Amino acid sequence: MSDIDVAISLANLVAIALFIYGLHELNSPATARRGNRLAMVGMAIALAAILVKSGTIGWWAILVGVAIGAAIGIVAALKVKMTAMPQMVALYNGAGGGAAALISSVEFYVARGGTVQMNDVIAVSLVLSAIIGAVSFAGSIIAFLKLQEVMTGRPVTYPGQQVVNAVIVLGILALGAWFVVTIGALPVWAYLVLMLGALMLGVLFVLPIGGADMPVVISLLNSCTGVAVAITGFEIDSVLLVICGALVGASGTILTVAMSRAMNRPLTNVLFGAFGATGGMETATASGGAQQIRTASADDVALMLAYASKVIFVPGYGMAVAQAQHSVKALADQLEKRGVKVLYAIHPVAGRMPGHMNVLLAESNVPYNQLLDMEDVNPEFATTDVALVIGANDVTNPAARNVPSSPIYGMPILDVDKASNVVVLKRSMRSGFAGIENPLYEMPNCSMLFGDAKASVDELTAAVKAV
Amino acid sequence: MTDVSHLIELLTVLLLAIFVGFEVISKVPTTLHTPLMSATNAIHGIVLAGAIVIVAELFGANLNGPALTILAIAAVTLGAINVFGGFAVTERMLQMFKGKERGR
Repeated sequence: MSDIDVAISLANLVAIALFIYGLHELNSPATARRGNRLAMVGMAIALAAILVKSGTIGWWAILVGVAIGAAIGIVAALKVKMTAMPQMVALYNGAGGGAAALISSVEFYVARGGTVQMNDVIAVSLVLSAIIGAVSFAGSIIAFLKLQEVMTGRPVTYPGQQVVNAVIVLGILALGAWFVVTIGALPVWAYLVLMLGALMLGVLFVLPIGGADMPVVISLLNSCTGVAVAITGFEIDSVLLVICGALVGASGTILTVAMSRAMNRPLTNVLFGAFGATGGMETATASGGAQQIRTASADDVALMLAYASKVIFVPGYGMAVAQAQHSVKALADQLEKRGVKVLYAIHPVAGRMPGHMNVLLAESNVPYNQLLDMEDVNPEFATTDVALVIGANDVTNPAARNVPSSPIYGMPILDVDKASNVVVLKRSMRSGFAGIENPLYEMPNCSMLFGDAKASVDELTAAVKAV
Repeated sequence: MTDVSHLIELLTVLLLAIFVGFEVISKVPTTLHTPLMSATNAIHGIVLAGAIVIVAELFGANLNGPALTILAIAAVTLGAINVFGGFAVTERMLQMFKGKERGR
Protein backbone atom coordinates (compact mmCIF):
# COMPACT_ATOMS: atom_id res chain seq x y z
CA MET A 1 0.00 0.00 0.00
CA SER A 2 1.40 3.34 -1.00
CA ASP A 3 1.13 6.37 1.27
CA ILE A 4 -1.61 7.79 -0.94
CA ASP A 5 -3.64 4.57 -0.63
CA VAL A 6 -3.26 4.63 3.13
CA ALA A 7 -4.43 8.25 3.25
CA ILE A 8 -7.43 7.43 1.08
CA SER A 9 -8.39 4.44 3.22
CA LEU A 10 -8.15 6.59 6.35
CA ALA A 11 -10.31 9.27 4.73
CA ASN A 12 -12.91 6.58 3.98
CA LEU A 13 -12.77 5.45 7.58
CA VAL A 14 -13.47 9.00 8.79
CA ALA A 15 -16.34 9.29 6.29
CA ILE A 16 -17.89 6.04 7.51
CA ALA A 17 -17.67 7.20 11.12
CA LEU A 18 -19.36 10.47 10.18
CA PHE A 19 -22.17 8.67 8.32
CA ILE A 20 -22.93 6.39 11.25
CA TYR A 21 -22.70 9.14 13.85
CA GLY A 22 -24.77 11.43 11.61
CA LEU A 23 -27.52 8.82 11.40
CA HIS A 24 -27.31 8.39 15.16
CA GLU A 25 -27.94 12.13 15.61
CA LEU A 26 -31.18 11.73 13.67
CA ASN A 27 -32.64 10.10 16.78
CA SER A 28 -33.97 13.45 17.99
CA PRO A 29 -35.33 16.50 16.17
CA ALA A 30 -33.02 18.68 18.27
CA THR A 31 -29.83 17.09 16.92
CA ALA A 32 -31.04 15.87 13.53
CA ARG A 33 -29.80 18.86 11.58
CA ARG A 34 -26.29 18.45 12.93
CA GLY A 35 -26.51 14.77 11.99
CA ASN A 36 -27.31 15.60 8.40
CA ARG A 37 -24.42 18.07 8.26
CA LEU A 38 -22.00 15.50 9.68
CA ALA A 39 -23.09 13.09 6.97
CA MET A 40 -22.51 15.84 4.38
CA VAL A 41 -18.97 16.35 5.66
CA GLY A 42 -18.44 12.59 5.48
CA MET A 43 -19.65 12.57 1.90
CA ALA A 44 -17.34 15.46 0.96
CA ILE A 45 -14.34 13.65 2.48
CA ALA A 46 -15.19 10.37 0.75
CA LEU A 47 -15.67 12.03 -2.64
CA ALA A 48 -12.49 14.10 -2.30
CA ALA A 49 -10.56 10.92 -1.53
CA ILE A 50 -11.92 9.11 -4.56
CA LEU A 51 -11.08 12.08 -6.79
CA VAL A 52 -7.51 12.08 -5.54
CA LYS A 53 -7.31 8.38 -6.27
CA SER A 54 -8.71 8.56 -9.79
CA GLY A 55 -6.38 11.47 -10.59
CA THR A 56 -6.93 13.35 -13.80
CA ILE A 57 -8.08 10.41 -15.88
CA GLY A 58 -11.40 11.32 -17.49
CA TRP A 59 -11.63 14.45 -15.37
CA TRP A 60 -13.82 16.30 -17.84
CA ALA A 61 -16.40 13.50 -17.89
CA ILE A 62 -16.55 13.55 -14.10
CA LEU A 63 -16.79 17.34 -14.04
CA VAL A 64 -19.60 17.40 -16.60
CA GLY A 65 -21.56 14.69 -14.79
CA VAL A 66 -21.17 16.21 -11.34
CA ALA A 67 -22.01 19.73 -12.57
CA ILE A 68 -25.21 18.63 -14.28
CA GLY A 69 -26.23 16.31 -11.46
CA ALA A 70 -25.52 18.81 -8.68
CA ALA A 71 -27.42 21.56 -10.50
CA ILE A 72 -30.47 19.37 -11.09
CA GLY A 73 -30.40 17.91 -7.59
CA ILE A 74 -30.00 21.19 -5.71
CA VAL A 75 -32.48 23.19 -7.77
CA ALA A 76 -35.10 20.46 -7.42
CA ALA A 77 -34.43 20.19 -3.67
CA LEU A 78 -34.92 23.92 -3.14
CA LYS A 79 -38.02 24.21 -5.31
CA VAL A 80 -40.01 21.14 -4.32
CA LYS A 81 -43.12 21.67 -2.23
CA MET A 82 -43.25 19.79 1.04
CA THR A 83 -46.46 18.09 -0.08
CA ALA A 84 -44.53 16.69 -3.06
CA MET A 85 -41.75 15.25 -0.90
CA PRO A 86 -42.70 11.58 -1.51
CA GLN A 87 -42.24 11.84 -5.28
CA MET A 88 -39.04 13.87 -4.83
CA VAL A 89 -37.54 11.19 -2.60
CA ALA A 90 -38.70 8.57 -5.10
CA LEU A 91 -36.77 10.37 -7.86
CA TYR A 92 -33.54 10.68 -5.87
CA ASN A 93 -33.91 7.05 -5.00
CA GLY A 94 -34.36 6.12 -8.66
CA ALA A 95 -31.24 8.15 -9.49
CA GLY A 96 -29.18 6.07 -7.07
CA GLY A 97 -30.54 2.81 -8.47
CA GLY A 98 -29.97 3.97 -12.03
CA ALA A 99 -26.38 4.94 -11.24
CA ALA A 100 -25.72 1.48 -9.78
CA ALA A 101 -27.15 -0.19 -12.91
CA LEU A 102 -25.09 2.04 -15.22
CA ILE A 103 -21.88 1.40 -13.28
CA SER A 104 -22.40 -2.32 -13.75
CA SER A 105 -23.19 -1.90 -17.43
CA VAL A 106 -20.04 0.13 -18.11
CA GLU A 107 -18.02 -2.39 -16.10
CA PHE A 108 -19.51 -5.17 -18.23
CA TYR A 109 -18.35 -3.50 -21.45
CA VAL A 110 -14.94 -2.66 -20.04
CA ALA A 111 -14.45 -6.26 -18.90
CA ARG A 112 -15.29 -7.50 -22.40
CA GLY A 113 -12.32 -5.45 -23.60
CA GLY A 114 -10.17 -7.60 -21.33
CA THR A 115 -8.48 -4.80 -19.40
CA VAL A 116 -10.37 -5.55 -16.21
CA GLN A 117 -9.92 -8.99 -14.73
CA MET A 118 -13.32 -10.66 -14.31
CA ASN A 119 -13.79 -13.27 -11.62
CA ASP A 120 -16.77 -15.03 -10.15
CA VAL A 121 -17.25 -12.54 -7.30
CA ILE A 122 -17.27 -9.59 -9.70
CA ALA A 123 -19.58 -11.43 -12.11
CA VAL A 124 -22.15 -12.24 -9.42
CA SER A 125 -22.10 -8.77 -7.88
CA LEU A 126 -22.09 -7.05 -11.26
CA VAL A 127 -25.19 -8.79 -12.51
CA LEU A 128 -27.02 -8.48 -9.18
CA SER A 129 -26.40 -4.77 -8.79
CA ALA A 130 -27.35 -4.20 -12.43
CA ILE A 131 -30.66 -6.03 -11.97
CA ILE A 132 -31.60 -4.57 -8.57
CA GLY A 133 -30.49 -1.10 -9.60
CA ALA A 134 -32.57 -1.22 -12.79
CA VAL A 135 -35.65 -2.51 -10.92
CA SER A 136 -35.26 0.25 -8.35
CA PHE A 137 -34.78 2.88 -11.06
CA ALA A 138 -37.83 1.90 -13.10
CA GLY A 139 -39.97 1.28 -10.01
CA SER A 140 -39.08 4.68 -8.58
CA ILE A 141 -39.99 6.41 -11.83
CA ILE A 142 -43.43 4.75 -11.82
CA ALA A 143 -43.88 5.66 -8.13
CA PHE A 144 -42.99 9.25 -9.06
CA LEU A 145 -45.50 9.30 -11.94
CA LYS A 146 -48.22 7.92 -9.68
CA LEU A 147 -47.54 10.34 -6.83
CA GLN A 148 -47.26 13.29 -9.20
CA GLU A 149 -50.61 12.13 -10.64
CA VAL A 150 -49.21 12.04 -14.13
CA MET A 151 -50.77 8.58 -14.15
CA THR A 152 -53.56 7.16 -12.02
CA GLY A 153 -52.78 6.49 -8.38
CA ARG A 154 -55.20 3.57 -8.42
CA PRO A 155 -53.79 0.07 -8.81
CA VAL A 156 -53.35 -0.88 -12.46
CA THR A 157 -54.30 -4.50 -12.97
CA TYR A 158 -54.85 -6.74 -15.96
CA PRO A 159 -55.55 -10.43 -16.41
CA GLY A 160 -52.52 -12.67 -16.16
CA GLN A 161 -50.49 -10.02 -14.36
CA GLN A 162 -48.80 -12.47 -12.00
CA VAL A 163 -48.02 -14.85 -14.87
CA VAL A 164 -46.37 -12.08 -16.88
CA ASN A 165 -44.31 -11.04 -13.85
CA ALA A 166 -43.31 -14.65 -13.18
CA VAL A 167 -42.16 -15.11 -16.78
CA ILE A 168 -40.05 -11.94 -16.60
CA VAL A 169 -38.51 -13.02 -13.28
CA LEU A 170 -37.66 -16.44 -14.71
CA GLY A 171 -36.13 -14.82 -17.80
CA ILE A 172 -34.00 -12.53 -15.65
CA LEU A 173 -32.88 -15.44 -13.49
CA ALA A 174 -31.96 -17.51 -16.55
CA LEU A 175 -29.94 -14.72 -18.19
CA GLY A 176 -28.37 -13.86 -14.84
CA ALA A 177 -27.31 -17.47 -14.35
CA TRP A 178 -25.88 -17.52 -17.88
CA PHE A 179 -23.89 -14.37 -17.01
CA VAL A 180 -22.47 -15.93 -13.86
CA VAL A 181 -21.66 -19.31 -15.41
CA THR A 182 -19.75 -17.68 -18.28
CA ILE A 183 -18.14 -15.24 -15.80
CA GLY A 184 -19.44 -12.19 -17.57
CA ALA A 185 -18.92 -13.39 -21.14
CA LEU A 186 -22.53 -12.78 -22.13
CA PRO A 187 -23.32 -11.63 -25.68
CA VAL A 188 -24.21 -7.95 -25.70
CA TRP A 189 -27.75 -8.62 -26.96
CA ALA A 190 -28.41 -10.97 -24.04
CA TYR A 191 -27.14 -8.36 -21.58
CA LEU A 192 -29.44 -5.76 -23.13
CA VAL A 193 -32.40 -8.15 -22.90
CA LEU A 194 -31.51 -8.74 -19.26
CA MET A 195 -31.49 -5.00 -18.52
CA LEU A 196 -34.72 -4.47 -20.42
CA GLY A 197 -36.33 -7.27 -18.42
CA ALA A 198 -35.18 -5.73 -15.13
CA LEU A 199 -36.56 -2.32 -16.13
CA MET A 200 -39.89 -3.91 -17.12
CA LEU A 201 -40.02 -5.77 -13.83
CA GLY A 202 -39.59 -2.50 -11.96
CA VAL A 203 -42.46 -0.93 -13.90
CA LEU A 204 -44.81 -3.89 -13.59
CA PHE A 205 -44.01 -4.34 -9.91
CA VAL A 206 -45.13 -0.84 -8.91
CA LEU A 207 -48.06 -0.49 -11.36
CA PRO A 208 -50.55 -2.60 -9.37
CA ILE A 209 -49.80 -0.82 -6.08
CA GLY A 210 -52.25 1.89 -5.07
CA GLY A 211 -51.61 5.39 -3.77
CA ALA A 212 -52.26 4.72 -0.09
CA ASP A 213 -49.74 1.86 -0.14
CA MET A 214 -47.01 4.19 -1.40
CA PRO A 215 -45.34 4.57 2.03
CA VAL A 216 -44.48 0.87 1.84
CA VAL A 217 -43.31 0.99 -1.76
CA ILE A 218 -41.08 4.02 -1.27
CA SER A 219 -39.48 2.43 1.77
CA LEU A 220 -38.93 -0.79 -0.12
CA LEU A 221 -37.40 0.95 -3.15
CA ASN A 222 -35.14 2.86 -0.75
CA SER A 223 -33.99 -0.42 0.67
CA CYS A 224 -33.50 -1.88 -2.84
CA THR A 225 -31.20 0.94 -3.89
CA GLY A 226 -29.24 0.46 -0.67
CA VAL A 227 -28.79 -3.22 -1.50
CA ALA A 228 -27.77 -2.38 -5.09
CA VAL A 229 -25.15 0.05 -3.79
CA ALA A 230 -23.79 -2.46 -1.26
CA ILE A 231 -23.44 -5.05 -4.02
CA THR A 232 -21.74 -2.48 -6.26
CA GLY A 233 -19.23 -2.21 -3.40
CA PHE A 234 -18.37 -5.89 -3.92
CA GLU A 235 -18.13 -5.32 -7.66
CA ILE A 236 -15.59 -2.49 -7.49
CA ASP A 237 -14.05 -3.66 -4.21
CA SER A 238 -15.05 -0.66 -2.09
CA VAL A 239 -15.66 -1.08 1.65
CA LEU A 240 -17.19 2.39 1.63
CA LEU A 241 -19.98 1.42 -0.77
CA VAL A 242 -20.60 -1.85 1.06
CA ILE A 243 -21.11 -0.06 4.39
CA CYS A 244 -23.20 2.81 3.05
CA GLY A 245 -25.37 0.43 1.05
CA ALA A 246 -25.87 -1.77 4.11
CA LEU A 247 -26.87 1.21 6.28
CA VAL A 248 -29.48 2.32 3.75
CA GLY A 249 -30.70 -1.22 3.19
CA ALA A 250 -31.23 -1.59 6.94
CA SER A 251 -33.03 1.74 7.17
CA GLY A 252 -35.31 0.95 4.23
CA THR A 253 -36.10 -2.46 5.68
CA ILE A 254 -37.00 -1.01 9.10
CA LEU A 255 -39.33 1.52 7.48
CA THR A 256 -40.90 -1.08 5.20
CA VAL A 257 -41.66 -3.37 8.12
CA ALA A 258 -42.96 -0.47 10.24
CA MET A 259 -45.28 0.64 7.44
CA SER A 260 -46.78 -2.73 6.68
CA ARG A 261 -47.21 -3.34 10.40
CA ALA A 262 -49.08 -0.04 10.69
CA MET A 263 -51.47 -1.32 8.04
CA ASN A 264 -51.64 -4.76 9.63
CA ARG A 265 -51.04 -6.33 6.26
CA PRO A 266 -48.20 -8.65 5.36
CA LEU A 267 -45.76 -7.14 2.87
CA THR A 268 -46.76 -9.68 0.23
CA ASN A 269 -50.37 -8.46 0.45
CA VAL A 270 -49.30 -4.85 -0.06
CA LEU A 271 -47.10 -5.75 -3.02
CA PHE A 272 -49.29 -8.28 -4.77
CA GLY A 273 -52.77 -7.63 -3.38
CA ALA A 274 -53.64 -4.61 -5.60
CA PHE A 275 -55.51 -3.34 -2.54
CA GLY A 276 -58.39 -1.02 -3.35
CA ALA A 277 -58.58 -2.03 -7.01
CA THR A 278 -62.00 -3.62 -6.67
CA GLY A 279 -63.00 -2.79 -3.10
CA GLY A 280 -64.62 0.49 -4.10
CA MET A 281 -67.10 -1.11 -6.41
CA GLU A 282 -68.02 -3.89 -4.03
CA THR A 283 -68.93 -1.59 -1.16
CA ALA A 284 -70.77 0.75 -3.48
CA THR A 285 -73.16 -2.01 -4.45
CA ALA A 286 -73.27 -3.59 -1.01
CA SER A 287 -74.11 -0.48 0.95
CA GLY A 288 -76.81 0.72 -1.40
CA GLY A 289 -78.42 3.44 0.66
CA ALA A 290 -76.55 6.42 2.02
CA GLN A 291 -75.09 6.35 5.53
CA GLN A 292 -77.06 8.15 8.24
CA ILE A 293 -74.83 11.08 8.96
CA ARG A 294 -75.11 14.48 10.59
CA THR A 295 -73.66 17.57 9.00
CA ALA A 296 -72.57 20.63 10.92
CA SER A 297 -72.00 24.21 9.89
CA ALA A 298 -68.66 25.93 10.35
CA ASP A 299 -70.20 28.11 13.06
CA ASP A 300 -71.40 25.09 15.07
CA VAL A 301 -67.97 23.51 14.89
CA ALA A 302 -66.23 26.80 15.74
CA LEU A 303 -68.29 27.10 18.92
CA MET A 304 -67.45 23.55 19.86
CA LEU A 305 -63.74 24.22 19.32
CA ALA A 306 -63.69 27.62 21.01
CA TYR A 307 -65.13 26.30 24.26
CA ALA A 308 -63.14 23.06 24.30
CA SER A 309 -60.29 22.49 26.69
CA LYS A 310 -58.46 19.97 24.54
CA VAL A 311 -58.57 19.55 20.76
CA ILE A 312 -56.69 16.97 18.72
CA PHE A 313 -56.11 17.49 15.01
CA VAL A 314 -55.97 14.32 12.95
CA PRO A 315 -54.39 15.11 9.58
CA GLY A 316 -54.37 12.77 6.60
CA TYR A 317 -53.43 12.85 2.95
CA GLY A 318 -56.45 15.11 2.27
CA MET A 319 -54.70 17.86 4.21
CA ALA A 320 -51.66 17.54 1.95
CA VAL A 321 -53.76 17.53 -1.22
CA ALA A 322 -55.60 20.69 -0.14
CA GLN A 323 -52.29 22.30 0.99
CA ALA A 324 -54.15 23.05 4.23
CA GLN A 325 -51.23 22.72 6.68
CA HIS A 326 -50.75 26.48 7.11
CA SER A 327 -54.47 27.03 7.63
CA VAL A 328 -54.48 24.26 10.21
CA LYS A 329 -51.69 26.00 12.11
CA ALA A 330 -53.58 29.32 11.96
CA LEU A 331 -56.64 27.64 13.47
CA ALA A 332 -54.49 26.03 16.16
CA ASP A 333 -53.01 29.44 16.98
CA GLN A 334 -56.49 30.91 17.42
CA LEU A 335 -57.50 28.07 19.71
CA GLU A 336 -54.32 28.28 21.76
CA LYS A 337 -54.90 31.99 22.22
CA ARG A 338 -58.15 31.03 23.89
CA GLY A 339 -56.34 28.60 26.15
CA VAL A 340 -57.33 25.43 24.31
CA LYS A 341 -54.75 22.65 24.45
CA VAL A 342 -53.92 21.55 20.90
CA LEU A 343 -52.28 18.28 19.87
CA TYR A 344 -51.77 16.50 16.57
CA ALA A 345 -52.31 12.78 16.10
CA ILE A 346 -50.10 11.28 13.40
CA HIS A 347 -50.83 7.79 12.12
CA PRO A 348 -47.69 6.06 10.79
CA VAL A 349 -49.16 5.61 7.32
CA ALA A 350 -50.93 8.96 7.04
CA GLY A 351 -49.80 10.54 3.78
CA ARG A 352 -47.75 9.03 1.01
CA MET A 353 -44.44 8.33 2.74
CA PRO A 354 -43.32 7.57 6.30
CA GLY A 355 -43.52 10.72 8.42
CA HIS A 356 -45.08 12.80 5.64
CA MET A 357 -47.56 14.64 7.92
CA ASN A 358 -44.84 15.59 10.39
CA VAL A 359 -42.87 17.36 7.68
CA LEU A 360 -45.92 19.28 6.47
CA LEU A 361 -46.85 20.43 9.96
CA ALA A 362 -43.25 21.29 10.77
CA GLU A 363 -43.29 23.40 7.60
CA SER A 364 -46.15 25.44 9.02
CA ASN A 365 -44.23 25.89 12.29
CA VAL A 366 -46.01 23.38 14.48
CA PRO A 367 -43.51 22.54 17.25
CA TYR A 368 -42.55 18.88 17.05
CA ASN A 369 -43.49 18.18 20.67
CA GLN A 370 -47.15 18.65 19.70
CA LEU A 371 -46.88 15.95 17.03
CA LEU A 372 -47.80 12.70 18.73
CA ASP A 373 -47.57 9.28 17.19
CA MET A 374 -50.29 6.69 17.49
CA GLU A 375 -49.20 4.97 20.73
CA ASP A 376 -48.79 8.27 22.55
CA VAL A 377 -51.94 9.96 21.35
CA ASN A 378 -54.52 7.19 21.60
CA PRO A 379 -54.88 7.39 25.42
CA GLU A 380 -55.47 11.15 25.02
CA PHE A 381 -58.69 10.86 23.02
CA ALA A 382 -60.81 9.82 26.02
CA THR A 383 -60.15 13.20 27.66
CA THR A 384 -60.47 15.18 24.43
CA ASP A 385 -63.39 17.46 23.70
CA VAL A 386 -63.04 17.62 19.95
CA ALA A 387 -61.11 15.42 17.53
CA LEU A 388 -60.89 17.29 14.23
CA VAL A 389 -60.23 14.86 11.39
CA ILE A 390 -58.78 16.64 8.36
CA GLY A 391 -58.63 14.55 5.23
CA ALA A 392 -57.97 11.27 7.00
CA ASN A 393 -60.34 8.33 6.62
CA ASP A 394 -59.22 4.72 6.85
CA VAL A 395 -56.80 5.39 9.73
CA THR A 396 -59.78 6.50 11.87
CA ASN A 397 -62.13 3.69 10.89
CA PRO A 398 -63.37 1.84 14.01
CA ALA A 399 -64.30 -1.13 11.81
CA ALA A 400 -60.60 -1.99 12.02
CA ARG A 401 -61.23 -2.70 15.73
CA ASN A 402 -64.55 -4.48 15.76
CA VAL A 403 -65.67 -5.72 12.33
CA PRO A 404 -63.76 -8.92 11.60
CA SER A 405 -65.10 -9.02 8.03
CA SER A 406 -63.68 -5.59 7.22
CA PRO A 407 -60.68 -5.59 4.86
CA ILE A 408 -58.81 -3.38 7.31
CA TYR A 409 -59.74 -5.41 10.41
CA GLY A 410 -56.80 -5.53 12.81
CA MET A 411 -55.11 -2.41 11.46
CA PRO A 412 -54.06 -0.17 14.34
CA ILE A 413 -56.08 3.05 14.16
CA LEU A 414 -56.36 6.40 15.86
CA ASP A 415 -59.18 6.11 18.42
CA VAL A 416 -60.87 9.37 17.45
CA ASP A 417 -64.32 7.92 18.25
CA LYS A 418 -63.38 7.96 21.95
CA ALA A 419 -63.34 11.76 21.96
CA SER A 420 -66.46 13.56 23.20
CA ASN A 421 -66.99 15.04 19.75
CA VAL A 422 -65.58 14.11 16.40
CA VAL A 423 -65.72 16.50 13.47
CA VAL A 424 -64.74 15.15 10.08
CA LEU A 425 -63.66 17.57 7.38
CA LYS A 426 -64.25 15.84 4.11
CA ARG A 427 -64.72 16.78 0.50
CA SER A 428 -67.68 14.46 -0.01
CA MET A 429 -69.11 11.18 1.27
CA ARG A 430 -66.93 9.23 -1.14
CA SER A 431 -65.26 6.38 0.67
CA GLY A 432 -61.53 6.42 1.40
CA PHE A 433 -58.80 5.03 -0.77
CA ALA A 434 -59.52 1.46 0.18
CA GLY A 435 -63.20 1.91 -0.69
CA ILE A 436 -64.31 0.89 2.78
CA GLU A 437 -67.29 2.47 4.45
CA ASN A 438 -66.41 4.25 7.69
CA PRO A 439 -68.94 3.57 10.51
CA LEU A 440 -67.36 6.45 12.44
CA TYR A 441 -69.50 8.84 10.41
CA GLU A 442 -72.74 7.29 11.74
CA MET A 443 -71.73 7.52 15.38
CA PRO A 444 -73.78 9.91 17.55
CA ASN A 445 -70.75 11.97 18.58
CA CYS A 446 -69.63 12.53 15.00
CA SER A 447 -70.57 15.31 12.63
CA MET A 448 -69.38 16.12 9.14
CA LEU A 449 -68.21 19.40 7.66
CA PHE A 450 -68.13 19.09 3.89
CA GLY A 451 -65.91 21.07 1.57
CA ASP A 452 -62.30 21.62 0.56
CA ALA A 453 -60.13 21.07 3.64
CA LYS A 454 -58.29 24.39 3.34
CA ALA A 455 -61.48 26.41 2.77
CA SER A 456 -63.23 24.68 5.69
CA VAL A 457 -60.34 25.24 8.08
CA ASP A 458 -60.10 28.92 7.06
CA GLU A 459 -63.83 29.28 7.70
CA LEU A 460 -63.41 27.70 11.12
CA THR A 461 -60.56 30.06 11.97
CA ALA A 462 -62.65 33.09 11.03
CA ALA A 463 -65.62 31.77 13.01
CA VAL A 464 -63.49 31.05 16.10
CA LYS A 465 -62.10 34.60 15.90
CA ALA A 466 -65.67 35.91 15.88
CA VAL A 467 -66.75 33.90 18.93
CA MET B 1 -4.11 -12.29 0.63
CA THR B 2 -6.29 -14.65 -1.31
CA ASP B 3 -9.46 -13.61 -3.07
CA VAL B 4 -11.53 -15.80 -0.80
CA SER B 5 -10.28 -14.28 2.43
CA HIS B 6 -10.80 -10.81 0.98
CA LEU B 7 -14.38 -11.74 0.07
CA ILE B 8 -15.01 -13.03 3.57
CA GLU B 9 -13.61 -9.79 4.97
CA LEU B 10 -16.02 -7.76 2.87
CA LEU B 11 -18.92 -10.01 3.89
CA THR B 12 -17.96 -9.52 7.55
CA VAL B 13 -17.98 -5.77 7.09
CA LEU B 14 -21.37 -6.03 5.34
CA LEU B 15 -22.85 -8.05 8.18
CA LEU B 16 -21.58 -5.68 10.87
CA ALA B 17 -22.80 -2.64 8.91
CA ILE B 18 -26.27 -4.18 8.66
CA PHE B 19 -26.38 -4.69 12.43
CA VAL B 20 -25.12 -1.17 13.10
CA GLY B 21 -27.71 0.17 10.66
CA PHE B 22 -30.56 -1.63 12.42
CA GLU B 23 -29.37 -0.48 15.86
CA VAL B 24 -28.89 3.17 14.93
CA ILE B 25 -31.94 3.58 12.73
CA SER B 26 -34.46 1.81 14.94
CA LYS B 27 -33.91 4.67 17.43
CA VAL B 28 -35.09 7.32 14.97
CA PRO B 29 -38.56 8.57 16.02
CA THR B 30 -41.48 8.37 13.58
CA THR B 31 -41.59 12.18 13.52
CA LEU B 32 -38.32 12.13 11.60
CA HIS B 33 -39.02 9.26 9.24
CA THR B 34 -39.22 11.44 6.14
CA PRO B 35 -35.90 13.23 6.79
CA LEU B 36 -34.41 9.84 7.74
CA MET B 37 -35.42 8.44 4.40
CA SER B 38 -34.05 11.38 2.44
CA ALA B 39 -30.83 11.38 4.48
CA THR B 40 -30.24 7.69 3.86
CA ASN B 41 -31.09 8.39 0.26
CA ALA B 42 -28.29 10.93 0.16
CA ILE B 43 -25.93 8.46 1.81
CA HIS B 44 -26.54 5.86 -0.88
CA GLY B 45 -25.49 8.65 -3.21
CA ILE B 46 -22.01 7.37 -2.34
CA VAL B 47 -22.65 5.38 -5.49
CA LEU B 48 -21.22 8.55 -7.09
CA ALA B 49 -17.82 7.39 -5.85
CA GLY B 50 -18.40 4.16 -7.75
CA ALA B 51 -19.31 6.13 -10.86
CA ILE B 52 -16.08 8.13 -10.59
CA VAL B 53 -14.08 4.90 -10.29
CA ILE B 54 -15.78 3.52 -13.37
CA VAL B 55 -15.05 6.66 -15.41
CA ALA B 56 -11.39 6.40 -14.47
CA GLU B 57 -11.41 2.72 -15.40
CA LEU B 58 -13.10 3.38 -18.72
CA PHE B 59 -10.75 6.17 -19.76
CA GLY B 60 -7.75 4.31 -18.40
CA ALA B 61 -8.62 1.37 -20.64
CA ASN B 62 -8.91 3.66 -23.67
CA LEU B 63 -12.32 2.23 -24.40
CA ASN B 64 -14.09 5.55 -24.37
CA GLY B 65 -16.33 5.27 -27.39
CA PRO B 66 -19.18 7.78 -27.47
CA ALA B 67 -21.87 5.39 -26.21
CA LEU B 68 -19.81 4.16 -23.27
CA THR B 69 -18.69 7.66 -22.38
CA ILE B 70 -22.30 8.82 -22.31
CA LEU B 71 -23.29 5.88 -20.10
CA ALA B 72 -20.45 6.67 -17.69
CA ILE B 73 -21.31 10.38 -17.58
CA ALA B 74 -24.95 9.46 -16.99
CA ALA B 75 -23.88 7.31 -14.04
CA VAL B 76 -21.95 10.26 -12.57
CA THR B 77 -24.89 12.60 -13.19
CA LEU B 78 -27.41 10.30 -11.51
CA GLY B 79 -25.07 9.77 -8.57
CA ALA B 80 -24.57 13.54 -8.22
CA ILE B 81 -28.34 14.20 -8.34
CA ASN B 82 -28.69 11.64 -5.58
CA VAL B 83 -25.99 13.12 -3.33
CA PHE B 84 -26.57 16.84 -3.76
CA GLY B 85 -30.36 16.69 -4.00
CA GLY B 86 -30.66 14.24 -1.12
CA PHE B 87 -28.61 16.30 1.34
CA ALA B 88 -30.14 19.62 0.24
CA VAL B 89 -33.70 18.44 0.66
CA THR B 90 -32.93 16.83 4.03
CA GLU B 91 -31.35 20.06 5.24
CA ARG B 92 -34.40 22.00 4.07
CA MET B 93 -36.77 19.72 5.94
CA LEU B 94 -34.77 19.61 9.14
CA GLN B 95 -34.61 23.41 9.25
CA MET B 96 -38.36 23.36 9.75
CA PHE B 97 -38.42 21.11 12.79
CA LYS B 98 -38.49 23.41 15.78
CA GLY B 99 -39.04 22.62 19.42
CA LYS B 100 -40.67 25.80 20.59
CA GLU B 101 -42.33 28.51 18.63
CA ARG B 102 -40.23 31.57 18.08
CA GLY B 103 -41.33 35.17 18.36
CA ARG B 104 -44.09 34.52 20.80
